[in-house]
Amino acid sequence: MAGAEIQRRLNWLVAVVVGVVEETPSVRSLTLSCPGWPGHRPGQHIDLRLTAPDGYQAQRSYSIATPSEGELVTITVERIFEGEVSPFLLDVVAPGDRLELRGPIGGYFVWDPGEGPPVFLAGGGSGVVPLMAMLRARISSGDGTPMHLLVSARSRDDIVYREELETLSHHDGVVVTLTLTRSRPEGWTGYDRRVDGAMLRDLVMSPDSGLVSYVCGPTGFTESVAGLLVALGHPPHRVLTERFGPTGG
Amino acid sequence: MSFITRGFEGRRRSREPSGRIPPGQYATLDFPVLSAGPTPRISREEWRLTLADTTGAERSWSWEEFTALPVTDITVDIHCVTKWTKLDTTWGGVTLEDLLAGVELGEATVVLAHSYDGYTTNVPLADLSGGRAMVAHTYAGEPLEPEHGGPARLLVPHLYFWKSAKWVNRLEMLTHDRPGFWESYGYHNYGDPWREQRYSGD
Repeated sequence: MAGAEIQRRLNWLVAVVVGVVEETPSVRSLTLSCPGWPGHRPGQHIDLRLTAPDGYQAQRSYSIATPSEGELVTITVERIFEGEVSPFLLDVVAPGDRLELRGPIGGYFVWDPGEGPPVFLAGGGSGVVPLMAMLRARISSGDGTPMHLLVSARSRDDIVYREELETLSHHDGVVVTLTLTRSRPEGWTGYDRRVDGAMLRDLVMSPDSGLVSYVCGPTGFTESVAGLLVALGHPPHRVLTERFGPTGG
Repeated sequence: MSFITRGFEGRRRSREPSGRIPPGQYATLDFPVLSAGPTPRISREEWRLTLADTTGAERSWSWEEFTALPVTDITVDIHCVTKWTKLDTTWGGVTLEDLLAGVELGEATVVLAHSYDGYTTNVPLADLSGGRAMVAHTYAGEPLEPEHGGPARLLVPHLYFWKSAKWVNRLEMLTHDRPGFWESYGYHNYGDPWREQRYSGD
């Protein structure tokens, strides 16, 4: 683990909400137009800052769901029960609203197109968000890196970006696998259990391939999947993790 | 420079004791787990902590030797740069004073902590003195779990929590500062939560 990034001050910028997509009943994407945005790498995140009339401020981090595209930054937010910020972003924010943000943040859990080693992405719940930025970058760049995305969700309706994922799975060199942990709709042919060693043995290339894995989700998911990949012989330094959905947001 | 966010009231303040939540943080009752890679599983038999002074001379402790050192218990608030703060966490471990007793510090000004997974973080030596830092092996009265850095982690609670390296196995004394893992990725070199030093330039 080592890295050298250009160090530069992260100033707060003012963005305008230009698009809203209800992804699932509890997940919403916000597209922000942010003058001065320096661009970002797939996997990076932003800090968002909200200010109440009395001056009180709240900050939260959100992964960026899209590859760099000019001044546009799309985040995807999951409602946290009794959260302070996420219900506001889901229920109150509307196109035209202004929000303060800064970034991009994080330079380790990132993937750039460039015909590197094959990539395995595993997302639990809304942990799919930064992985989606990687998958979308892979597709839009025309890069040929083999990429496999495994998404674990409670039910079919809880799969974030479901329609897009169902289309992407027909793309050359891209595989999308879905597993449902709490319900199995009629006619479902995919997996219907939590990610386990047998599933990863079926899906994931051997360590000899040089495979790089990115695992993002709640703590239990991330700990489990990263541990299983190491148990299958993947070197720990080629298994990158990001815990997603901390409490209280 | 900030403006009022339309429709945002905020509502956590009333629940939180004043003066203990640094700017931009919120209190959580959980103990979130954040790491850049898989959790290493280190048995107590294979565990070692090594201290390298500025001359390169090393001394190291086995688990048995380390846990025979004087134990200090502390109750502190911890602050993660990802915005959560956890109040009144209780830890047991060996303070850096006790660990460094008899070690020739020479011109050392900074400690670079290394971990079993390759992680590193730099902390000024002065911030490790005065009982403000320890190598912790106990959390809430129980052996520190691997997800939280067990068998032992550095604990520097007055700085953002990425400075409290999990799975610590080597403390390297430096005469010149050297950025660690997150510090090389744009996070602040020092990381004082009360001055909100999250990222380089803050």
